[in-house]
Amino acid sequence: MKTKKWCFVYVGVITAITYIPILVTVVYSFNESKISSVWEGFSLKWYAELFQDRDLREALINSLILAVLSCFFAVIIGTSGALGMYKKKSRLNDAVGYISMLPIMIPEIILGMVFLSVFSLMGLPFGMVTLVIAHTTFCVPYVYSMVKARLVGMDKSLEEAALDLGASGVRVFFDVTLPLIAPAIWSGVMLAFAMSFDDVVISIFVTGPRVNTLPVKIYTKLKTGVTPEINALATLMLAITILLLIGAHLIGKKKNK
Amino acid sequence: MMKNRKSNWALLAPMYVFTILFVALPILYMFLLSFLTRAEVWGVDFTFTLDNYKRIGEPLYLNTFVESLKLAFLSTLLVMLIGYPYGYFMARMSAVWKKRMLLLIMIPFWTSALIRLYGWIIVFRTNGVLDKLLMGLHITEEPLKLLYTYPAVVVGMVYSLLPFMILSVYSSAEKLDFTLAEAARDLGASSFKAFWTVSFKLTLPGLLSGVILSFIPSMGLFFIADILGGNKIVLVGSVIQEQLTKGRNQPFAAALSAVLMVLTTLMIRIYRKVTGTSELEGLV
Amino acid sequence: MSDIILQLNQIQKSFEGTEVLKGIDLEIERAEFITLLGSSGCGKTTTLRIIAGLETPDSGSVLLEGQDITSLAPNKRNVNTVFQNYALFPHMSVEENVGYGLKIRKVPKAEIARKVSEMLKLVQLEEYGKRRPDQLSGGQRQRIAIARAVVNEPKVLLLDEPLGALDLKLRRQMQLELKRLQKQLGITFIYITHDQEEAINMSDRIAVMNQGVLEQVGTPNEIYYRPRTSYVADFVGNANIIHDGSDTFAIRSENVLINGEIPCVHDAVVLEKSFAGGQLRILFRLSDGQTITASRYGIDADIQVGGSIRIGWKQEHAIKVLDDEK
Repeated sequence: MKTKKWCFVYVGVITAITYIPILVTVVYSFNESKISSVWEGFSLKWYAELFQDRDLREALINSLILAVLSCFFAVIIGTSGALGMYKKKSRLNDAVGYISMLPIMIPEIILGMVFLSVFSLMGLPFGMVTLVIAHTTFCVPYVYSMVKARLVGMDKSLEEAALDLGASGVRVFFDVTLPLIAPAIWSGVMLAFAMSFDDVVISIFVTGPRVNTLPVKIYTKLKTGVTPEINALATLMLAITILLLIGAHLIGKKKNK
Repeated sequence: MMKNRKSNWALLAPMYVFTILFVALPILYMFLLSFLTRAEVWGVDFTFTLDNYKRIGEPLYLNTFVESLKLAFLSTLLVMLIGYPYGYFMARMSAVWKKRMLLLIMIPFWTSALIRLYGWIIVFRTNGVLDKLLMGLHITEEPLKLLYTYPAVVVGMVYSLLPFMILSVYSSAEKLDFTLAEAARDLGASSFKAFWTVSFKLTLPGLLSGVILSFIPSMGLFFIADILGGNKIVLVGSVIQEQLTKGRNQPFAAALSAVLMVLTTLMIRIYRKVTGTSELEGLV
Repeated sequence: MSDIILQLNQIQKSFEGTEVLKGIDLEIERAEFITLLGSSGCGKTTTLRIIAGLETPDSGSVLLEGQDITSLAPNKRNVNTVFQNYALFPHMSVEENVGYGLKIRKVPKAEIARKVSEMLKLVQLEEYGKRRPDQLSGGQRQRIAIARAVVNEPKVLLLDEPLGALDLKLRRQMQLELKRLQKQLGITFIYITHDQEEAINMSDRIAVMNQGVLEQVGTPNEIYYRPRTSYVADFVGNANIIHDGSDTFAIRSENVLINGEIPCVHDAVVLEKSFAGGQLRILFRLSDGQTITASRYGIDADIQVGGSIRIGWKQEHAIKVLDDEK
């Protein structure tokens, strides 16, 4: 069936609007003026300032460490959990599976509130440890649900075939099961990473005075006033995102060939 | 068989321990906390009270709930109206265009939410991009002063939530067999009727899951109201944050959160009842 | 003395309270092609999975060359399976698929390569080694699945409706090929199907299963000409089942004689006439209410629907069988 022209127009216009704030940010990142509404000519000075901003760099590194650690734990917990629950169905498993999904099914603010109160009750010092725990709770559901969906769709006889051909349980897992669920783990991690790297609401509550994540840092900067550096940072992040996505796209294409 | 069972418990152990320790117990603690009293200086007194819930009934706080719900409903409605056709049309494009569009949607999704909001500040600011454009075209004579207004907050909300709706509708419409609508037309239905009775009905689960996925976060995205609305629009999220930080009143924040949580889980329950599915489409 | 390779003793199995196998006894000879024939749900796949070790029977035992393997793990058995949907590993090439079992057994690489290419030649797919399973046609995938199992030189090869997904023409061709392969390799084949033609074409012996019970085990000739039960007669030979007092007889439609042919002693009414595949099939109702089908070549214009006629059959064509209905 042919797609009508006005469908394309509609999708095109909406997409264009969603890119307005992004393009504006990119353009103004090269603006000489400090006031973002006035254009005073091309300049790279905000990039220079950005690279000298120690706080921001530190926040970036913190955010990366946090996202990587949270994803790492989420992969272990989510994948093994999905595997275990798929092998043996029970009401208890269903209940735990449901509870594990809660962190992405309630407003983030609740999670932030919960962790703030629990960590202060436990007397845990706020910092990287509390951040990793909190972020892992909302990273697990992404990995868990992706892997679970993949396992449900997986042909059970593939594992049986490997067993039939002489492979032990462990070998079946590494030779057949893991390669087949790897794409699901990977897409779960991509989502979880994006969510962790971008999180403000939960991080604000569980971060300590010494540890800042990038979004928290940006948030405080935005609240305090005009900061053209943020434009430069946004442009850089956008460029990296596009490069990564195109890279992933090309790798995917090559694999298909 | 024994060996099998043991290895299965080894697989389940991390999930069980983590979920119980860091999800189930903390949420239970939140409910407990909501019945406790704030300590004089710092922390919590373990004396039972219903005052926190009574306080939510005060007009000041009840209003923020109503305000938040209003904003959430309005944003969700707009997201639905804009996102549904988008996702639906996207599903009908050729495979190549589908891939391109998905990429185009994912790029903003992957850049920081805050930074994208910052772009809107530049656009909405007095004498900002929008004002310049409108005045340049002589549509308006003076700056609109859009920043820190209600419409600016709504734009920010819709903008942040739109991808969730598009992706859920898309994943639902993608599975739709479009020959069904043709069959309906063949049986004499007008093209609108064919869409309404067949295509729309079959993509309803995607639409509803998009509604849930937009509505739930919209109740808690206090930073959008903060950044684009200044301090004029106070939402439940902002109140919770304030009570925790400035007010240092954990029990009251817990009570507010508990009410919010009950409200949202109720929404999901209704969704499951209506659609008869347990999975949220587009989420997985 | 016959050479028994596999023996099933009183195999019983229930799933969630439903008895799927009600005590199966079967002896299978070395290098034999035996088919488990039955409609879906009769327990044939469960029997196969028990032999493969993918299910454990509730009671009874499985002996392979005299050794009890009932509770031996599937990976420890010298038995391989060709799965119904082939179960080729989608993330491995054809070569890797075929060589998988050898790799598990730590066979040297050079030997794996040699055996794999030999095997691919045997199934006539030597140029497809580098491809992935999704780049093959159904028939090719089928052959790779067989190659992957056979390369391990199993004592017994289990085939679970391996031709079910193929179209009719390809199925015929693969039947011949499988038979040839079995003769060439001299491996015992246990084959599962619900298609009686396929069973008759390929098997040395057929075991007909119905509702968890073995109805009859015998050569295709025995099964076809001397069915033991009414189920076998109906399922394999499409025979008429006629009750006469306390006795039950099976009469195949081509043996039902019409009008004039001797001995026609039964009054019958013509209920239906249909012509298909060069054969005329006529449905009669006997005077006692039982129905019976006759088939013959050519169009018999004299027979009118609703008309009365005399029919009969020769004594030797009415085979006395056990009635499953009772």
